[in-house]
Amino acid sequence: MACQGLGPNETLATLKTESETLKTKLEEERAKLHDAELHQVAEKVEALGQFIIKTRRTLKGHGNKVLCMDWCKDKRRIVSSSQDGKVIVWDAFTANKEHAVTMPCTWVMACAYAPSGCAVACGGLDNKCSVYPLSLDKNENLAAKKKSVAMHTNYLSACSFTNSDMQILTSSGDGTCALWDVESGQLLQSFHGHSADVLCLDLAPSETGNTFVSGGCDKKANVWDMRSGQCIQSFESHESDINSVRYYPSGDAFASGSDDATCRLFDLRADREVSVYSKDSIIFGVSSVDFSLSGRLLFGGYNDYTINVWDVLKGTRVSILFGHENRVSTLRVSPDGTAFCSGSWDHTLRIWA
Amino acid sequence: MSGSSNLVAMKKIVQQLRFEAKINRVKVSQAAADLQQFCLQNAQQDPLLTGVSSSTNPFRPQKVCSFL
Repeated sequence: MACQGLGPNETLATLKTESETLKTKLEEERAKLHDAELHQVAEKVEALGQFIIKTRRTLKGHGNKVLCMDWCKDKRRIVSSSQDGKVIVWDAFTANKEHAVTMPCTWVMACAYAPSGCAVACGGLDNKCSVYPLSLDKNENLAAKKKSVAMHTNYLSACSFTNSDMQILTSSGDGTCALWDVESGQLLQSFHGHSADVLCLDLAPSETGNTFVSGGCDKKANVWDMRSGQCIQSFESHESDINSVRYYPSGDAFASGSDDATCRLFDLRADREVSVYSKDSIIFGVSSVDFSLSGRLLFGGYNDYTINVWDVLKGTRVSILFGHENRVSTLRVSPDGTAFCSGSWDHTLRIWA
Repeated sequence: MSGSSNLVAMKKIVQQLRFEAKINRVKVSQAAADLQQFCLQNAQQDPLLTGVSSSTNPFRPQKVCSFL
């Protein structure tokens, strides 16, 4: 956003006053519309029954902490990355490994599958996001075809292809997000506004237009216009780092998971937090969140090794899933909603259904 | 000069706040009703919610196949 010139009477003092006034006004506007709670509105909705979700596959092969994973659009392949620099592509149906690449850096914190299924992107402590085309020839050295796309000045925390293989959105420890052209490596747009490391991002469902949400160590979740680079909305109610953000399937809201041990739901049209998913007994941070297909269930992976399943409308926990032997670091529901995958510091990934 | 860069930074903050103050908002009751409606409309198509049976969920245990 271009900064307009200062008016004749604008000084640091007048601007500070105006900023305080505007902040108060924003709070008042938001409070005026707070006429109900989500769980109150949803009182008459039938409660959910018993849940039988179990581990159906365990993917073993990483030699160290699994940090990130993503599903392929074909609903069966998965890419995962770990602390020891390995990126593995799996067939989740058979639990077989299809490809493996060793990155030149450790702590590969981000990985993503291209929409076509023909490439994966990953990065971490190397401050870059690189794209590897996947070859049908299992013997081919994937590392040889690697393409460096994004360059940040600090670690890469998350990456995602937009709705084509041609553009990648990244977030970084340098406090910015950026949109890149894969072919040329050119920076198309950068997003400034966070005052600390940006840890996560999620693109709005394609029907709802060109926006994305990011969360960071400044406890803020920001919604951005991809074309202009403008921050459209900002939410600040978490009490600690936001590790994960995910859009509600309709695109009108998003959930976040934080080190403050809560998950929260923010509605974009009401411009405020509308639900908090927490319990006194849950004291460990949430690393990763995702919705089921209808948005009724919110899955959260926690640092206490568990996965909590929340009823989004009623605000209650419907299930707690045990199985991982260390922190759950990443969690994604499959594209057709038949299962979800969790990755953990215990070196494994689990498919739950 | 730190003086003028503070001024520039502050101006950006104020501009951002002015922008955010102007957006149209709906009441929480309305927004919540819409979220609820979306959930209920799509509930039947949500396999993790409805618990899809083994025959249609590729991850659930299937009956053993034998070659004839």
